[in-house]
Amino acid sequence: MSLLLPESGLLFWMLLSFGIVVFILAKYGFPVIIKMVEERKQYIEESLFVAQKAHDELNNIKSESEIIMNNARKEQVRIMSEAAQTRDQLISEAKDKANIEAQKLIDDARKQIQAEKEEAIRDIRRQVADLSVDIAEKVLREKLDRKEEQMNMINRLIDEINVSKS
Amino acid sequence: MSFYQKIISLILFAFICTAPLSANESDSHSKKSEVQLNVREFILDHVSDSYEWHITSFNEHEISIPLPVIVYSANSGWHFFLSSAFHHEKVHEGLFIAKEGEHKGKIVELNSAGKEVRPFDISITKITASMILSSILLIIIIMSVVRNYKTGDYQPKKGFVGFMEMFIMNINDDVIKPCIGPKYRRYAPYLLTVFFFIFINNLMGLIPIFPGGANVTGNIAITFVLAVITFLIVNIKGSKEYWKEILWPDVPLWLKAPVPLMPVIELVGIFTKPFALMIRLFANILAGHSIVLGLTCLVFVTVSLGEAINTSMTLISVIFSVFIDIVELLVAYIQAYIFTMLSAVFIGLARVEPHHK
Repeated sequence: MSLLLPESGLLFWMLLSFGIVVFILAKYGFPVIIKMVEERKQYIEESLFVAQKAHDELNNIKSESEIIMNNARKEQVRIMSEAAQTRDQLISEAKDKANIEAQKLIDDARKQIQAEKEEAIRDIRRQVADLSVDIAEKVLREKLDRKEEQMNMINRLIDEINVSKS
Repeated sequence: MSFYQKIISLILFAFICTAPLSANESDSHSKKSEVQLNVREFILDHVSDSYEWHITSFNEHEISIPLPVIVYSANSGWHFFLSSAFHHEKVHEGLFIAKEGEHKGKIVELNSAGKEVRPFDISITKITASMILSSILLIIIIMSVVRNYKTGDYQPKKGFVGFMEMFIMNINDDVIKPCIGPKYRRYAPYLLTVFFFIFINNLMGLIPIFPGGANVTGNIAITFVLAVITFLIVNIKGSKEYWKEILWPDVPLWLKAPVPLMPVIELVGIFTKPFALMIRLFANILAGHSIVLGLTCLVFVTVSLGEAINTSMTLISVIFSVFIDIVELLVAYIQAYIFTMLSAVFIGLARVEPHHK
């Protein structure tokens, strides 16, 4: 039965020492640990959140940069093709121009040649005509030395005129 | 180390652990016939308090640590001396330890009528000393853990500190928080202290040699104080709704109006809750100590039954002692856990808010 009766001395010491233990540990012990652990928990949660955000942002940036790269690539292709086109155009234009110019030069030359040729021909003709007139004059002069001859001539001419008139 | 080696070393360890008890018992070895009678007293002697911390007997020589005796006697005033003054049943300053009667084992003095009466006795007894030792140990352990948290960085802790953190946070998050509810923060430090106080005292009680072995949490005075503090917190911090549910509960009128049947039951309930706390812890730890001691006594009880039986019973006793010791290790945790959890539950129940219908 003595086991079930609390001893006054033990009660006193228990109250005292347990009181001291509670005072020390409940004031300077456990709250410090709990506070620190909870702060750490919060810190980790925040860090995770921030990391997640950074990760998301990085992903965004990645996809954005990919889009930009794609665009740039497209642009590059476009510019290149445009440049090629322009180049071809320029070359062909230049060619055309050159052709035209050459043609023109040729044409001019041809015209000039033609003109010169015609001039030469005309010159020759004129000379031939002059010559033939001279020759004809000489021939006529020799032929018309005699009177009958002259009369013959006049007659024939008149005939000819008549023939042509009739 | 193989499994069998472990088992063997465990058994050897158990032998070593129970050795002081056997040494203690060896002086009664000569009085074989009385052994059986003595078992009960032997166990009661070990689980109850004493004025000196008995370690072992060696060659008929008692080895024990004397503890200070602090006594106030109504007729002779204060006395301070070491309990070694009582050695060999001496009477010191009119005080002596009663050998029988209702004050058996306690310091008494003779009053004018020649009757043994107890003076006011606040001696540092074995249980007190053990409790103070555990308290100091607990404070050292927790404060050394705390020191690691004052660095202010959020580095996770390793080793023992990490283990203690896990332990503390486990009790805090899984026992106190869900049992009390949202405002658990105010009670968490106290309940954690209760948990670790009970736990360390339980563990120290399991160590059979000097710094441990005292039946601290198996003493009703210790559990009484713990239960009273819980009782005070529960009832002082009780909400209006808590008192309303006790004094004017939500039951049919005839249960509370002319004869306050329910209020009386509820009022009794206020006291039975901490009472159950007190008895549960006390009885569990006392029983654990008694079983281990009883099993150890098996060795000495069977001495008179012949060598073969004695040897086999010794083996059985050791194996069972090891088993019970491991169980007690579990009980040490479970009882601290239950005490804390139920205290938290009672506090949580006393903080009820009005039910919204």
